[in-house]
Amino acid sequence: MAFRDDLRRTRAIVWKDLTTERRSKAGFNSVASLGVTILVLFGFALGPDAQMLRDAAAGALWLAVLFAGVLAFNRSYQVELDGGALEALLLYPGSRWAIFAGKLIANLIFVTLMLVIVVAVGIVLFQVRIPAQWPALLGIMMLGVVGIVSLGTFYAAMSSRSRAREVLLPLLLYPMLIPVLLAAMEATKAFLGGDLLNASGAWVQMLALFDVIFLVATFLAFEYVIEV
Amino acid sequence: MSIAPNNSFDPPRPAPAALGWLAFLFFIFTQVYAVVTSPADAMMGHLQKMMYVHVPAAEVTFAAFGVVLLASLHFLWKEDERADLLAASAAEVGSLFCGLTLVLGMLWGRPTWGVWWSWDARLTSTLVLFLIFVGYLSLRSFVEDPHRRGQWSAAVGILGAINVPIVFMSVKWWRTLHQLPSNPRSLSPEYLRGLLLNLAAFTLLAAWFIWRRYEAARYERSAEHASQAAALGGYDG
Repeated sequence: MAFRDDLRRTRAIVWKDLTTERRSKAGFNSVASLGVTILVLFGFALGPDAQMLRDAAAGALWLAVLFAGVLAFNRSYQVELDGGALEALLLYPGSRWAIFAGKLIANLIFVTLMLVIVVAVGIVLFQVRIPAQWPALLGIMMLGVVGIVSLGTFYAAMSSRSRAREVLLPLLLYPMLIPVLLAAMEATKAFLGGDLLNASGAWVQMLALFDVIFLVATFLAFEYVIEV
Repeated sequence: MSIAPNNSFDPPRPAPAALGWLAFLFFIFTQVYAVVTSPADAMMGHLQKMMYVHVPAAEVTFAAFGVVLLASLHFLWKEDERADLLAASAAEVGSLFCGLTLVLGMLWGRPTWGVWWSWDARLTSTLVLFLIFVGYLSLRSFVEDPHRRGQWSAAVGILGAINVPIVFMSVKWWRTLHQLPSNPRSLSPEYLRGLLLNLAAFTLLAAWFIWRRYEAARYERSAEHASQAAALGGYDG
């Protein structure tokens, strides 16, 4: 069946990307370190006052993940382009969406692992009190990562093959991510504050809705951006 | 690359200059008319006159980006390169009017609200729209291959247009949850005529700008096609 073949293709791409990453480790180590460095810088910007840091923790965490994640997205295609492997990948028979899905899942795993490190460091640096509903917080983090990675993987498919990719990806990606980031930040902030106002539910729903919209849109549009 | 020179790249029929003059003179007339006929506002005084440039500029912005969306969809569907050039022209003019909307809004907001900027849903989503289309135009300038540029910018344009209502909704929620007052404005009928006339004038002017920009883009592309064909040795025109 064609669909099952595409799934196998997806799995092969995920496996290939993760293996490359696992064998070199340089990419992950540097991106995760950058995430932690950005957190430290936010710490300096927001001052040593503990309450201030706690209030700003949600925003700082997400921005650190975003700024470091952007490097991962371009990298994910750059590795292909260096060896001329993207053309080969495109020449193989099968649906194009399988390539996107493969890249997307590999990036999801990559960014999630980075998020684990950044959040762990962030909890310490920003003196966050871990709330009782911490499993729900993990769910929010995953939803936020899905939003960031789906748009990031999509725009990197273009920016990595253009001139000035370093500036082009953030320029295209950041404005597009505002709704996702806003919802993720607000939901995280509400949960970290104990969610006294019950405000997080609506944000989580919005975040999930944005994820669905952007996933569908990027899957549909990927065909057009990868073909040329 | 995959675009063969074809008949659609005969140089375009030039836009009649009279139309441009007409649009320009109509614009002058509607501005003067609106300013002269509208009385001073009870609250804002003559500051209200700002409405006759700010509101039409905003309307033209959204109309222009509507054109970008439709032309981009048409390009992906029919692969007609003219649609791509039209989308690019509309995006340029739209960005110009979007910037104008923001600046005029700030000039109005400072004396009225006491601040240059407020994180209101409408303001913020207009700013995000501006940033998205600045990204769109940069993407175009960083990609040389015309077919690739067309496909990519169409995708970015469509996703950007989808994103605008989403940004609006999310910022609105953000503000609502933060319990901050909004600034409802209502329009009394005596100002309406001047506003509608100016809406028409701005639309006409923007359409003229887009047309001229589109014409220039077509000249550029047809010159490129011609030189490409000449380089291949098959062009005798």
